[in-house]
Amino acid sequence: MAQVDKSMSLANPHPHHMDWIQKVAAAIGGIGLLILFVAIFGVINNNYPLWLASALGLMTVGTLIYSWREYAGKPAGIKNNHVWFRSLTNIGLWGWIAGILITGFYILLYFFPGLFGYQAFSVNTSIPHGSDPAQITIRVENQQGQVYSTNTLSINDTIKTGDQFDEYKFTPSKIAHGSNRIIVGCKTGDDLYSFTYNKRTAEKIGDTNPCQIEQAELKSNSKLISLFDPLSMALKGKPASQWFLYGVLYTLAILVFGFKFILKYWHNRYQLVRTISVMFFQLGFAFLIPELLEGLNRDRPYFTLDMKNMWPLNAYFFQDWNLNGMLAGGKLGMFMLFLGIAMIFIISPLLTYFYGKRWYCSWVCGCGGLAETAGDPFRHLSDKSLKAWKIERWLIHVVLVLITIVTVAVLFSYFRNDPEGKLWINPTSFTMIVILLAGLVSSILYFNRKEILGNVSRKVYNGIHITMGVIAILSVIAWFTGSWNVFFIDSYQLRKWYGFLIGNIFSGVIGVGFYPLMGSRVWCRFGCPMAALLGLQQRFFSRFRITTNGGQCISCGNCSTYCEMGIDVRAYAQKGQNVVRASCVGCGICAAVCPRGVLRLENGSVDIKERTTDMRTIHITADEVGILS
Amino acid sequence: MHIVIIGNGISGISTARWVRKLSDHDITVISDETDYFFSRTALMYVYMGHMRFQDTQPYENWFWEKNRIKLMRDRVLSVDTERKALNMRDNETVSYDKLVLALGSAPNKFGWPGQDLDGVQGMYSAQDLEGMERHSVGLKHAVIVGGGLIGIEMAEMFHSRHIPVTFLVREQSYWNGVLAKEESEMVNRVIRKNGIDLRLSTELKEILPDENDKARVVITNKGEEIACQFVGLTAGVHPNIAFVKDGAIECQKGIMVDEYLATSVKDIYAVGDCAQMRNPLPGRRPIEAIWYTGRMMGETAAYNICDKPTSYNPGTWFNSAKFFDIEYHVYGFAPANLPETYETLYWEHPDGEKSIRLVWDRESGWIAGFQTMGVRYRHEVCERWIEDRAHIENVLMNLGLANFDPEFFDQYEKDVVAMYNKSTGRNLKLVEKRGLNSVVKFLKRAF
Repeated sequence: MAQVDKSMSLANPHPHHMDWIQKVAAAIGGIGLLILFVAIFGVINNNYPLWLASALGLMTVGTLIYSWREYAGKPAGIKNNHVWFRSLTNIGLWGWIAGILITGFYILLYFFPGLFGYQAFSVNTSIPHGSDPAQITIRVENQQGQVYSTNTLSINDTIKTGDQFDEYKFTPSKIAHGSNRIIVGCKTGDDLYSFTYNKRTAEKIGDTNPCQIEQAELKSNSKLISLFDPLSMALKGKPASQWFLYGVLYTLAILVFGFKFILKYWHNRYQLVRTISVMFFQLGFAFLIPELLEGLNRDRPYFTLDMKNMWPLNAYFFQDWNLNGMLAGGKLGMFMLFLGIAMIFIISPLLTYFYGKRWYCSWVCGCGGLAETAGDPFRHLSDKSLKAWKIERWLIHVVLVLITIVTVAVLFSYFRNDPEGKLWINPTSFTMIVILLAGLVSSILYFNRKEILGNVSRKVYNGIHITMGVIAILSVIAWFTGSWNVFFIDSYQLRKWYGFLIGNIFSGVIGVGFYPLMGSRVWCRFGCPMAALLGLQQRFFSRFRITTNGGQCISCGNCSTYCEMGIDVRAYAQKGQNVVRASCVGCGICAAVCPRGVLRLENGSVDIKERTTDMRTIHITADEVGILS
Repeated sequence: MHIVIIGNGISGISTARWVRKLSDHDITVISDETDYFFSRTALMYVYMGHMRFQDTQPYENWFWEKNRIKLMRDRVLSVDTERKALNMRDNETVSYDKLVLALGSAPNKFGWPGQDLDGVQGMYSAQDLEGMERHSVGLKHAVIVGGGLIGIEMAEMFHSRHIPVTFLVREQSYWNGVLAKEESEMVNRVIRKNGIDLRLSTELKEILPDENDKARVVITNKGEEIACQFVGLTAGVHPNIAFVKDGAIECQKGIMVDEYLATSVKDIYAVGDCAQMRNPLPGRRPIEAIWYTGRMMGETAAYNICDKPTSYNPGTWFNSAKFFDIEYHVYGFAPANLPETYETLYWEHPDGEKSIRLVWDRESGWIAGFQTMGVRYRHEVCERWIEDRAHIENVLMNLGLANFDPEFFDQYEKDVVAMYNKSTGRNLKLVEKRGLNSVVKFLKRAF
């Protein structure tokens, strides 16, 4: 078959029939997108609410009408005709164009938000070594001395002695309204010097300036971001940031493409319920509730308010600004702190035990939500080879180890920073907690070594023990020596690099930008530490599996092809073996596309230890041979 | 020892894999069709754009070398059973110690005038798929002849490309030699709902050519003329044994094999579509050209080749198919025409696209078969009931165990029980619903 081209379609390479309604719908959506695009160039300077509503409205209406014509009224069933013929979904020209455009959008969003018109308050300064200030504080106050919260970095974020920093960015709230002051404070010894700038002129009011602060100016959003200011003001009383713009578009994508997905899988109630769930969690838990809560708590420093977003996916949960924010956040802060910790240690292991990691990855998670809705047309592009699986296992677990190290390091420095102890934890008790947790992981591993060694190589098994040992030993050394940095690397540098490489590049730019090139779950499969952690739980302590219906498999390959996680489902199904895989997010599409009713997502405790054996295989067994011969 | 297998379909490859599992013999698989094993049943999905051709290959290309299974792309012209050698297309010979014939099937042609014209073909091999692709260029109308599983698949294939199809079915209702009236009529409805021009009780009489000897018009037994540029012949298949049938190996319709799948010549075995059982098992046909039996025959032959005598026992009959969007499962005995001694219960969903049928022995009440449309049933559970001769009322009360539909799907077992109660005046209650824990307990208990 070598001479046959990859689609094998000679007759109908461009068979997709768009009717005129769909063409109009595509045009309507396109105009909406165009409005946002031209706004980048600053051509829209008034009537922001109207323009934003038009852009979002047209995009929504266009997609909804298009999807309606595509699927509504068609016979209930699988609608994968021509998937591999279309240039957008077979890594053809349109696939590459889409990939490059989305990747480009993410690069601009993460690294050049200014191009979208995002304006942060910025201070350009350097600290002369002679003056040696103990800390620098930047705050925004109104005239009554009330402190406003900020968005990116905490206003009370401190910069340690000797640090050089060029730009210090944050989004002040309500700067444009009323009389506010920006205070840049330097602390030298016990003396606090403060400088106050007038909001509009950036005129320096104070004068003693050991920090040589050169400039502090305030600008308001412009271009594309300014379109989102009215909505942001309405929700939380603050101007928009690039993350607000991202949040709105992200939520909208999950909602409208979720609608499309629901129409596509109208006949499959599991898909319906699951999709409504991800739409609900994105709109409510990830977007509306956090934005509104932030608005209601404007006087407090910012902390994460997405109740479903947990460590280690939410890498910043244990970072100082978030911990400080929660500690200063009153009842809500305490609630978020305890919920966050309970999610990691109690709620998520329990739910994963009962239902597999799908309860999170394909029912709740925002990354999963986007992959399952906007990413659905690209799900078949995941690599199913054994090689890809090997790379996946290394990468994702390395990321999990990395985030663990970064978190321990950052927390260690955090508690060092405040020896009296926050939350009743000080460096000593924290060191003990780290040793206890490392010991716990190692002992769980040790006491289940029989089962675990049957499934992973001794190299990996030893690797986990060694990692735990090294973390524990280094923590003890750091505690003895009184070091700030548990791993002898500056923990803030560590955190910064993790945030840059994993948080920005991997999960954002590659994670979504590569949808049309590597499938919709690139991040979930290769990078997400949450998926890694839940995956380990699912692999070893869960009732969940995909069962195979006896001998009914015809090895057709639809299941493997449409597995977004690149699992070769067929390899299990044709053997009559249950699929128990760490990476399975339980989307249920393999079971849906199976033309012979072979696969079913199931939970069962009765045979939990035998999930991976092929006891249900329908073929001649050695025992039967023994009887016969 | 050198094991040579002719044919790299499911039965040939199953043989090779199991010989490798059981022994260290040298294995060579010869095929003229493709370089690598692929799933024949998946070809339709390649045409429809659901998968690429390489996605139909269940094993990656490195698999064969790693498992020391030598693949050879060549054609066997004849078998020299005296010298234990195969004469190949390129005048070379390949010698064997044991030979497995896994030759598969070829589409039936019944001597219709015009059956060998350009644009007239079946749908079985990878080459057939290429032929369909080639003929689909500019295709305005296709005619499909023969109302079996391949015919309806071909109709679905063309339908996916928006090519109008006329579907000629000799019987009064689709596949009514296998499906009972109700299920058969359900499939008729589905075919028509998808815009296929289904013509029942209609046979092909003649295909007329155009000036280039390409199919132009089909003439039916009713004298209708249907203009077309493609004719699909899907009136069943027959064993593809042309090059062995006149040799030393005993053949009838297929290659004759005993219960160990051995042919009349020592050290030669036949498996899959091409094998004809000398003594078919009770209730089974001598030739069963289906995926599952090919797989099980391959495994059985491997045991016998490796000197572990094992008779072929495919167990309780099962099969499945998909008619456009309607999945079909059958376990055990659920024939089109039920013998007097059996009783049946047929439940159909009001939407007319889901059904459950139970068949049991009238006298003893033993369950004999299950057949579902649009509802998935669990193989092991149905098989266990049938093999344990469970009583129909016992089956009904626990019927939920058999349900294999995805989570949140409606369960219809209650309706089935209610229907039984209504017709018998009994008052059975459904005890077991769908769920894995009960199923595992049931299966373990039964063991």
